[in-house]
Amino acid sequence: MALKGNLRDFTITQLLNLVNLARKTGTLVLEGPNGAARIVFREGKLAYAQAGQEDNSLVSVLYRANKLNARQQRIVRENAGNVPDKELGLLLINANYLSQQDILSSVQHHYYEVVTSLLTWADGFFRFENGLAPPAGKIAVRVNLENLIIEGTRRIHERQQLQDEIPSLDMALKFTERPGTNLRKVNLNVEEWRVVSFVNPKNTMRQIGRATKMNDFEIRRIVYGLLQAGLVEIVRPDGAPQPAAKPGRLPVSTITGSKEERKSLLNRIIGRIRSL
Amino acid sequence: MQSVKMVVTGPFNAGKTEFINSVSEIDIVATERKISSEIEKIKESTTVAMDFGRITVDEDLVLYLFGTPGQKRFDFMWEILSEGMLGFIVMVDSTRPETFREARRILETFRAYAPTPYVVAANKQDCEDAWEIQDMRIALRLDPAVRLVNCVATDKESVKSVLLQLLFSILEEMDLQESVNN
Repeated sequence: MALKGNLRDFTITQLLNLVNLARKTGTLVLEGPNGAARIVFREGKLAYAQAGQEDNSLVSVLYRANKLNARQQRIVRENAGNVPDKELGLLLINANYLSQQDILSSVQHHYYEVVTSLLTWADGFFRFENGLAPPAGKIAVRVNLENLIIEGTRRIHERQQLQDEIPSLDMALKFTERPGTNLRKVNLNVEEWRVVSFVNPKNTMRQIGRATKMNDFEIRRIVYGLLQAGLVEIVRPDGAPQPAAKPGRLPVSTITGSKEERKSLLNRIIGRIRSL
Repeated sequence: MQSVKMVVTGPFNAGKTEFINSVSEIDIVATERKISSEIEKIKESTTVAMDFGRITVDEDLVLYLFGTPGQKRFDFMWEILSEGMLGFIVMVDSTRPETFREARRILETFRAYAPTPYVVAANKQDCEDAWEIQDMRIALRLDPAVRLVNCVATDKESVKSVLLQLLFSILEEMDLQESVNN
């Protein structure tokens, strides 16, 4: 049966937990605003991961892991041609270029990093396809998911803290009116400058996020930093309506009974339900 | 005449009204209104106060089934409805994982109002898109001791089975309390 849904409602960390507990084998396919990804599991362990069109060939993985230098990488690419990763791994081991451990640890680290980079995806569709194996020729590993789940939980916790600090992105920002605050003297990174350039009571944080192509988590994190630095404050957007008052309470009635009475009642109800 | 009540709760469009309708001997006293929110327009109308079904047990006893409103803005009704209940059923739409978190929130809220026994009914298990029961248990973070029951709210036998599971849970809880007290 289907295991599919939206990441807004069901986080990647929760999915990893489900795969881990149910010891599932198959492929988790993710399709988000930032691209697509595939994570393959075997009996509840991470076996393979691929994000977008990123080059995850063995040569690239080994080069990024500093197991091959630039010259070695070029030579291997020229000589290996289109040899599948598994075969290439064996060739490198037999040629005494690298050990089996070097290759496996590099590949494991790469897959781990791919999944870690997906943990902040808060939007997009997912589906789990039972039994799908890694692409032919790719090296499969067996990585326990517990550490990834812990890391994911930490990031979710951070996201929740930010959500508590900035509950609604439908509010706007304005610069504080403290005398002496000079933005030019503050060290902001590129992303912070992009957000600052949109600070205006007419723009909600959600609109700023869209304009700067940041997801909810990223825009909250940057706004939180600006708030802590005392550069901006949160204000109601120009022209926004006031919140509605809470509704009042209705009268209450209570039904009670002793244990014996209730037990007797229950058996009578059970009999009646059975006879329906 | 004595009356007792059970509460049927769960997220919007989980199937609470259908559940009660399947076993109630009266046409349920539904308080439905046309849906106004665009987001929630996956059905024509929804319960805004409570559904009210009845099963006459014998000449001295009546069981009432109360369905809570599914929309979040009516959750101020939950505490009122939960008072004096024998137990409650949390309906979850097995085909809509986006409602699982809300179902968990509702469950925890009702547990806080009244620590009575409860069962979780995985509704729409006859649909192709339904999540498997084991996956739902993990997703809903349900303890293995909690009864998570297959359900098709439009099927009378299925609804009876859920009600019986809740009644058995209540009996077990009573026995447990007695053994602790003794």
